[in-house]
Amino acid sequence: MNAELGQVALALALSLALVQAVLPIVGAARGNPAWMRIAPYAAVGQFFMVALAFACLVAAFVSSDFSVRYVASHSNLALPTHYKVTAVWGGHEGSLLLWVLMLSGWGVAVSLGSRSLPLTMTARVLGVMGLVSLGFLAFMIFTSNPFDRLLPAPLDGRDLNPLLQDPGMIFHPPLLYMGYVGFSVTFAFAIAALLGGRLDAAWARWSRPWAAVAWAFLTFGIGLGSWWAYYELGWGGWWFWDPVENASFMPWLTGTALLHSLAVSEKRGSFKSWTVMLAILTFALTLLGAFLVRSGVITSVHAFATDPERGVFLLAFLALSTGLSLALYAWRAPKVGMGGSFAPFSRESLLLSNNVLLVVAMLAVMLGTLYPLAMDALGLGKISVGPPYFERVFAPIMMPLLFLIGLGSQTRWKQDDPMTLLWKLRWLLLASLVIGGLWPFAVGHWSPLTSGSLMIAAWIGLTVLRDIVTRLQGNAGHRGLAARLGSLKPSYLGMQMAHTGIAVFLVAVAMVMSYEEERDVRLVPGESVEVSGYDFRFQGTSRVQGPNYSAERGVVEVSRDGRVFTTLYPEKRHHPGQEMPMTNAALDRGLFRDLYVSLGDPLGGGAWVVRVYYKPYMTWMWSGCLLMVFGGLLAAADRRYRLASTRRVAPAVGTTSTSPAGGR
Amino acid sequence: MRRLFACLLILAAMPVAAIPVGTPLEFANPAQEEQYQTLIRELRCTVCQNQSLVDSNAGLARDLRRNIYQMTRAGQDREQITEFMVSRYGDFVLYRPPLQPNTYLLWFGPFLFLLVGVLVLVAVIGRQRRAHDRGLSAEERARLAELTRQRP
Amino acid sequence: MRLVVSFFVFGLLVLLLWAGLGLNPRELPSPLVGRPTPVFELPELLDGEGRFQHQALRGQASLFNVWASWCVSCRAEHGLLMELARAGVPIYGLNYKDTRTEAIAYLRRGGNPYRAIGFDAAGQVGIDWGVYGTPETFVIGPDGVIRYKHVGPLSRRVLTETILPLLQSLDGAAS
Repeated sequence: MNAELGQVALALALSLALVQAVLPIVGAARGNPAWMRIAPYAAVGQFFMVALAFACLVAAFVSSDFSVRYVASHSNLALPTHYKVTAVWGGHEGSLLLWVLMLSGWGVAVSLGSRSLPLTMTARVLGVMGLVSLGFLAFMIFTSNPFDRLLPAPLDGRDLNPLLQDPGMIFHPPLLYMGYVGFSVTFAFAIAALLGGRLDAAWARWSRPWAAVAWAFLTFGIGLGSWWAYYELGWGGWWFWDPVENASFMPWLTGTALLHSLAVSEKRGSFKSWTVMLAILTFALTLLGAFLVRSGVITSVHAFATDPERGVFLLAFLALSTGLSLALYAWRAPKVGMGGSFAPFSRESLLLSNNVLLVVAMLAVMLGTLYPLAMDALGLGKISVGPPYFERVFAPIMMPLLFLIGLGSQTRWKQDDPMTLLWKLRWLLLASLVIGGLWPFAVGHWSPLTSGSLMIAAWIGLTVLRDIVTRLQGNAGHRGLAARLGSLKPSYLGMQMAHTGIAVFLVAVAMVMSYEEERDVRLVPGESVEVSGYDFRFQGTSRVQGPNYSAERGVVEVSRDGRVFTTLYPEKRHHPGQEMPMTNAALDRGLFRDLYVSLGDPLGGGAWVVRVYYKPYMTWMWSGCLLMVFGGLLAAADRRYRLASTRRVAPAVGTTSTSPAGGR
Repeated sequence: MRRLFACLLILAAMPVAAIPVGTPLEFANPAQEEQYQTLIRELRCTVCQNQSLVDSNAGLARDLRRNIYQMTRAGQDREQITEFMVSRYGDFVLYRPPLQPNTYLLWFGPFLFLLVGVLVLVAVIGRQRRAHDRGLSAEERARLAELTRQRP
Repeated sequence: MRLVVSFFVFGLLVLLLWAGLGLNPRELPSPLVGRPTPVFELPELLDGEGRFQHQALRGQASLFNVWASWCVSCRAEHGLLMELARAGVPIYGLNYKDTRTEAIAYLRRGGNPYRAIGFDAAGQVGIDWGVYGTPETFVIGPDGVIRYKHVGPLSRRVLTETILPLLQSLDGAAS
C-alpha cells in the first residue's frame, strides 16, 4: 500500500517538476507574470510530494515490508529501528530519493528566501531548479525505482552493510547531499542571470549566501565522512584519495573558488563571467560525482551496486545539462562587461590567483581520478593512481594557495603596494617562520615539509588575528571588547573563522602525516606494547552480543609512567549473513593526540594481532573542519544579504566593511 | 559478472586459519620496517574494491603482506619486491604509478595545468594593468570617491 | 576560440566516460601472458605421493585451471570443463587454498576433468601465477608459454570464440 502511495507521489512530483521547469521560464521570456508566479507553488508542491514518497519509504523500512525490493535488500528484522530509518539512504535508490528530497527542499528554501527578488529572477531560478529536479526524478523513476516490488516477499531481508550501521553514517550522506544539491542553487542563479542577461552585483549578492551554505554543508559532509572512516574502517586513515572521495572533493575545490569569486563579483563587479563559469563547473562536478559513484566505471570502496543503464542515463543528463549551460554561456556571457579594473597587486589579483590555483588543484584531482579510466579505454593497460600520486602533486599546488590566504585578507581592493604590505607584516612573517621552525621539535624530528606546513598554518593564524585586532582598534566608536566584536560583520567573521579552520586543519595534517606511530603486534593476554611512551596492556577478549551481531571485545589498558588512565574496548564484530568481520576501533581522544587500538586477527590460544596507533593532533583536524563549517554558516547568516535584497543594490560597490584594515 | 563478484567476495573472506598469519613482525633494522610499512601502503590489493594491502582484510592481501614481510626480512630491496608484484599482477598493483611514457601526462599534467594557469593569470592581470593604467573613468572616479568617503 | 576548445574538452570527457561504461574495471590483464609458466613443484592432490611440476605443462597445448571447493562460480564452469576433458582437451588444475578432503569430495561429486592437480594449500603458487580470483583459466602453448588468461567462470562463448581456436592453432604450429 505504502509503496504504491510513494510511487504515485513520485509521479506527481515529476509532473510538478515539469510544471516548475517549463511555465516560469517561458513566462519570464514572454513577460507573463501569472506563469511566473506558479514557480513557488510548484516548488512547494513538488517538495511535499517527494517528502510523502520519502515518508512512504521510511514507513516501509520501519514496518519491514520486504515485499519492497529495496527494503528487502537493505534491511532485516534484527536491525535496530534507528538504523532501519537510516537504511533508507543506505543504497542507491533510497539515497537518490534523499537527494531529490533535498533538492526540492532547497527549492522551497529559495522560494521563501527570494520573495523580495524580482519576479523574473525568482521564476527563472526556480525554473532551472525544476529542470534539475526533473532530471533526477526521471532518473529515479525510470532506472532506480525504490518502490519496486519483490514478490513473493522474502521472510527476512538481507542486512544493511554493517559499515553503515554507525552514527557517523546517519548524518554523512544527508549533509553531503545538502552540499551537492546546494550548488544547484548557485547554478540556477547563474543560469537565470544568463537567461535574463543580468549579471550584476545584485546577482552576485543574491547567490553568495546560497553558495556559503552549500559550501558549509559540503565541507561538513566531507569532514564527517572522513571522521567516520577514521574510526569505523579500523585502520586509522582519514583520507584515501579514493575516486568517490575525489568526486566530492572536486566540487568542494571549485565551490571554494566560487565563494571567493562571488565576493569579487559583488564587491567590485569583476570576474562575473568567470563566476558564472565556476557555478556551472561546480554543478557539473556534482553530477560527475553522482555518475562516478552510481555508474560503476570506477572501483571504489564506496561505490553503489551498479548497472550500466543508470550510467548511460546519468551521463546523458550530465552531457545535456552541462552542454546546454555551456552553450548558453557562449551565447550570453561575452556580452557582460569586464567590471572594475585592478592593479597587478590588489585583492582582486590575489583572489584571481586563489581561483586559478583551486581550479588547477581540481584538474589535478580529476586527472588522477580519470587517468586509469582513460588508459583502459584506450587499451594502454591498467594502472592505479593512489595516495602517493595525489600527495606528490597536490602539495605543491596547495602550498602557495594556503600562503595567499594570509596575504589576501590583508591586501586592499583595487591596488596595494606589495613592499609596504610586506614591511607591515614583517614581524608576522618572522614569527611564522620561528613558530613553524621550532614547533616540530616539540613533537619529534624536524623535517622541511612539516616545518613548512606549520609555518604556513602559523602565518594564516597570525594574519587573521592581526586583521581582527586592527579592525577592532579601528572601530573606536564602540566601547568595550564585546561591543567591538559585535560590530564586526558576520560575513567578515565567518571568513576569518573558516580561514582559521584551514590553519588548524593544516596543523593536524602536517602533524599526523609526520608523527603518527603504528605498531602491529601479536599479543597474548597480559602482554603489552609501548607506543610513543604509552603502554598498552592487552587483557584478552570476551564474547559480547550486540543487537544484530556478535563480537569479540578486547580489553586494552593504557598507562603512562606506570599509571593506568583509560581502558579501551576494540571489537571485532560478526554480522550474520556478512562474510567479512567488522573492525571497530577504540579511541582515546585528546587535544594533542589520539590513541587508537583495533583488533586484527585471532591467532589461537587467546593471542591476537593488535594494531596500536598514536595519532597526534587528530582533534585539530575535526575542529578545523567544524570551524570552516561554522564560518560558512556565519557568513551566510549575514543580515546584509537579506536586507539588501529588498532594495536595488548599486552595482559594484558594496559596503566598505570588508575592505582591509579599515580607513587609513 | 555477478558470479565473478560472488566468487571474489568469497575469496576475500576466506578463512586463512591454515596459514600462519600475524606472526609478530620483527625486523632486523628500522630501515626494513619502514620499507615494509611503505610497501604495504603503496601496493594495491587486487581482490578488493580499492584498498591497499595494509587496509584489506582479504585473504590474498594477508598472503601478500606475508610475502612482502618475508622478502623484506630476506634483505630484498624495494625495487625487487615491487618487481615481484608487478611481474605477477601488472602495474595495476602500484598506487604510485611508475614514470613511463604512458604516465607522462599523469605525472606532468598537474604541473602543466599549473603552468597554463599561471600564464592565464599573468595575461589577465596584464590586461587589467593596462586598463588600470589608462586611468579611471568618470564613473569609476565617482565610485572611488564614494568608497573613500564611507571609510571611517 | 576558447569556447571551441572548452566544448572539445568537454566532449572528449563525455566520450571517455561513455567508453568507461563499457569497460570492466575489475578485469586485470595478466603480465604473464607471453611468458613461460612460473616454475613450481607441488604435491599432487589425489595422489599424495606424487608431484606436479611446471614441466608437465609442456609438449602439447593445454588449459591450466585454478579452482577450489569453496569457490561458488567454479561449480558453474565445472560442467564445461568435464565436456572439454571428454573431448580430449588436456586440462591441468591448481587447487587453490583448499583442504585436501574437501577438494577430493568436490571432484567425487562433479567428476574430475583434470589430468593432474597441484595442491596449493598455502596459495603461494597461486601468487606466482598472479591469481586474484578463482576460477582462472590459462591457455598454455606446447612450449610452456602462457598464451591467454581468462578470469571468472568459462562460458561456452569464450570457449568457442577464443580458447578452442587458440588451442588448435597452438597445436597446429607445434606439429
